[in-house]
Amino acid sequence: MLTFQFVSTVRLGIKSLMLHKLRSALTMLGIIFGVCSVIAMLAIGEGASYEAQEAIKNLGSNNILLRSLKPPDQARQQGGSSPRGMQLAYGLTYEDGARLQSTIPGVNRVLPMRIIRENVRFDRNEVPCQVIGTLPSYMDVTGAGIVRGRFLAHLDEQHAENVCVITTGLARRLFPHLDPMQHAVKIDTFYYRIIGILQERSQPEQRSQAGAMEGQPLDNNVYIPLSVSRTRFGETLIRRSAGSFEAEEVQLHQITVQMQDLAAVETADPQIRTLLGRFHDQNDYEIIVPLQLLRQAEQTKRIFNIVLGSIAAISLLVGGIGIMNIMLATVTERTREIGIRRALGAKRRDITTQFLVETVVLSVGGGLVGVLVGVLTPLVVSQLTTMKTIVTVWSVLLAFGISGAVGIVFGLYPASAAAKLDPIEALRHE
Amino acid sequence: MPADSAIIRIRGVEKRYVLGGEADVLALRGVDLDVEAGSYLAIMGPSGSGKSTMLNILGCLDRPTAGQYFLGGEDVSRMPDDQLSEARGLKIGFIFQSYNLIAQLTVLENIQVPLLYQGKDVRSHFESCLELAKLVGLGDRLHHRPSQLSGGQQQRVAVARSLVNNPLMILADEPTGNLDSKTGQEVLDLIDRLNQAGKTIVLVTHDDRVASRSHRVIHMKDGLIDREVVNRPLGPRASDSPS
Repeated sequence: MLTFQFVSTVRLGIKSLMLHKLRSALTMLGIIFGVCSVIAMLAIGEGASYEAQEAIKNLGSNNILLRSLKPPDQARQQGGSSPRGMQLAYGLTYEDGARLQSTIPGVNRVLPMRIIRENVRFDRNEVPCQVIGTLPSYMDVTGAGIVRGRFLAHLDEQHAENVCVITTGLARRLFPHLDPMQHAVKIDTFYYRIIGILQERSQPEQRSQAGAMEGQPLDNNVYIPLSVSRTRFGETLIRRSAGSFEAEEVQLHQITVQMQDLAAVETADPQIRTLLGRFHDQNDYEIIVPLQLLRQAEQTKRIFNIVLGSIAAISLLVGGIGIMNIMLATVTERTREIGIRRALGAKRRDITTQFLVETVVLSVGGGLVGVLVGVLTPLVVSQLTTMKTIVTVWSVLLAFGISGAVGIVFGLYPASAAAKLDPIEALRHE
Repeated sequence: MPADSAIIRIRGVEKRYVLGGEADVLALRGVDLDVEAGSYLAIMGPSGSGKSTMLNILGCLDRPTAGQYFLGGEDVSRMPDDQLSEARGLKIGFIFQSYNLIAQLTVLENIQVPLLYQGKDVRSHFESCLELAKLVGLGDRLHHRPSQLSGGQQQRVAVARSLVNNPLMILADEPTGNLDSKTGQEVLDLIDRLNQAGKTIVLVTHDDRVASRSHRVIHMKDGLIDREVVNRPLGPRASDSPS
């Protein structure tokens, strides 16, 4: 009746542990924290990297993003003392777009964008927005979805129609009580008819550029035909600040190059760098390759997991040492009992089993509680903060497995110490 | 006396304790002893006489340095630890001076412990454990813990426990040492009854009155059997033994 013997050994182990409830609970605590931190840390790490990867995927892994940058050296240095009316020309040009389309092999589409920050008004509502001048292919390149109406069409572009598409967020803010369709919003001095409402997949490109940094709501976008943006706003933008003003000449703020496939992205990246480098004297643009970012993010995640995992593993190790310490004390305390059991016919391995089972009961019990707390902790974290957490099955299994292994590894020494006791000495022990 | 009725046969047993260097102690210096089945032997002697060492060897808790020890016809003097443990569990029932019950177990569970180490199914031996508890007069205290019992009751649990594997002999080490005379008498009466029922008893004591209950008393001195006293002959029991 091996199973019965095992069951009674486990029951005996639990009974012995229950004799010292506080001590057992405190010992378990080490394992509980260890297991909990393994699960919670991996969940937070997993959540963070998931968000990062989603953000990058939303950029489109087939895409390469080019953005205009204000050249760092001249711009801000002269800021305050620059003569009035100085005009700074920089950034991507229409020619760049045309060259990319014609020169780089594997290019599917080239999507130019002009992004201008303006207030958009309707009635008495006024919302700071990004007015994005772009082409109809925007929808295909970014994967945004039309909720109502339609997106900009080629005819709008050709005829430079004063029409616009707004995002759902902006629609809510500008038209809290009205149907925005066919109403006209006022941007600067012109009126634009709303022809559609659009849902962005997410706006990471705008987020990093202007929105998040300057505390602007992220989905306040107005889309107008590129030709309209050109004629109504002109190439020169004037920005007033604290009594002085700066004028910038930027043709295009962003060019999204959609490649045919992932392989084309790899080859096109250096080609684009060379091509642009030839026509730009100054470093007034940046190239973002989401595919590479994604790879970096995966790499980072791996390192992140290793670091978090090892921190948690150390706490499990400490918990294990705590268990070993207590079990050694227990063995000393119960020397007499060991002697009695030996006299009554217990073999060495019976004693080893008894103490090992006790240690494993401690660590597995702690492991179970730890799993419970560890699964709950990320939930609480997600509730209290905006952080996303993902509890993966493998992290739970890993943590629980380690706690069991800790019990065995750290239980072996005290158990074998108990078994090695001389029965005569043990019986004499007070 | 026929030789095959000897449960214990000890020949030239020596026990040497190596304390390091040349200061070895020879606790037993070649002891010869036979104990017949069904007999009641008392071992006496002052401390340092080798009495405890003798007990340890008889109880298979220790192995002799030299000589042979046949327990139930089997030489246990050279057995490896595991076999020796098994021999202890199967052939010997221990009764200790300080009862030595396991504190976290109930009366019934304490009685069952030796079964566990022989790999026996405790459930199928439940009836016999119950009978043992009744035999020692604790049938109504099965689920009490040792701390809830008096010393005499605890020692009676120990007696029941010593019988559970139906051993060849009961080895009692000062069984009344911690008890007052009245409860001591009760325990000794219980042991007498076991002997009358045919159990071989080996009892270590320094109390003459305890020893007087046995068939035979051996006095030890300086690691040897000094003298031997036969109180009453081993023979037809129960009916004509003095009560």
